[in-house]
Amino acid sequence: MELKLTLNGRAVTAQIEADTLLLDFVRSHGCTSVKRGCETTNCGLCTVLLDGKPVLSCATLAARAAGRTVTTLEGLQEEAADFVGFIADQGADQCGFCNPGFVMNTIALLRENPDPTDDDIRAYLAGNLCRCSGYEGQLRGIRAYLDSRKG
Amino acid sequence: MMTIKQYVRAESLEQAYQLNQVRANRVLGGMLWLNTSKLAVNTAIDLSGLGLDQIEEGEDAFSIGAMVTLRQLELHPGLNAYTQGAMAKSVQDIVGVQFRNMATVGGSLFGRFGFSDVLTMFLALDAQVELYHAGTLSIQEFAQRTPDRDLLVRVVVRKRPGRFVYQSVRNTRTDLPTLTCAVSQVDGAYRLAVGARPMKAVLLTDEEGLLAQGITPESARAFGEYAARTVPTSGNLRGSQAYRTHLVQVLTQRGILELGGDHHGA
Repeated sequence: MELKLTLNGRAVTAQIEADTLLLDFVRSHGCTSVKRGCETTNCGLCTVLLDGKPVLSCATLAARAAGRTVTTLEGLQEEAADFVGFIADQGADQCGFCNPGFVMNTIALLRENPDPTDDDIRAYLAGNLCRCSGYEGQLRGIRAYLDSRKG
Repeated sequence: MMTIKQYVRAESLEQAYQLNQVRANRVLGGMLWLNTSKLAVNTAIDLSGLGLDQIEEGEDAFSIGAMVTLRQLELHPGLNAYTQGAMAKSVQDIVGVQFRNMATVGGSLFGRFGFSDVLTMFLALDAQVELYHAGTLSIQEFAQRTPDRDLLVRVVVRKRPGRFVYQSVRNTRTDLPTLTCAVSQVDGAYRLAVGARPMKAVLLTDEEGLLAQGITPESARAFGEYAARTVPTSGNLRGSQAYRTHLVQVLTQRGILELGGDHHGA
């Protein structure tokens, strides 16, 4: 079947199978920041924005994205650059595999709630698993970024 | 991993219903649970083009389309004002925001999953379920029916004077619940829904009139003990039968006390 969507601001038309997952579709179009992790919709590694909302691309049919806008970290480099350094400064991204998912969901959080509390951050990022760091580094990094914005 | 031969975005409920009469076809909700299966699906039926993704608030009721996501339930101001925040509380620990942006009300309810926070909450709300073929029935009746090939179109929550409290116990945040417990007082009648027993949620009312004289620490304890005696539980890797029965008593008692204005619980 034919699929037409907008991927990172670019119109894309492609032939897909009915059961092609959005995860595989975006990776086959060069968006390798999107990772295959648990495949049971629990880890958040495959997070993309679908019409601006964070979703799990490992459980989204590519066909369901027809006519819609899909954004991956490749399309958000500038927005991510604002705060990823703060996360790196905390040593939060150790192996780094979970990092794109964390960054994507943090972007979604900050768009929705530009001044979150620590509890807001924990709640919003609860669907992003990290097997290295224990989550405190990511929290400290985001907090440091938010504090830096306040001067 | 599930395989799908054909994908159809339904153009009408009738088309979706007819397609769904074929055993090898499946209606897609959020596709989160379904995708972990090894089903070989002939035609995947997508309802997302049918305008069922809205919560409509009227003077007398909320009409919640089958494709409304759990995140929409969590954030809807009117629904959360009516339930005093219990609706948001019932879904906010379900995996993560990304998951709740996908999981649908229809998918959550139609499966009558034992672990369902959503079914527990809607039982306490005394909601009504609109099925395409079978028409409107109470959520209690719907929960007891054997899943068939009908379509869940929407859920209706009538606005009546009421108070609502939702609680769950999880071994870790975002895990499936060990027990879910929702209590309500609607039009003066108390309702208790207990789910993740680990079987699907059941509803209990105050048939013995234990709360008839009002909510006191004693009446709340008595109702909690009644619930623990009455609600069947079982054990699995998340908790033993004895632990779950203890939780039924404690959460019911706390919930009833909170309905009565005591936010510190038992």
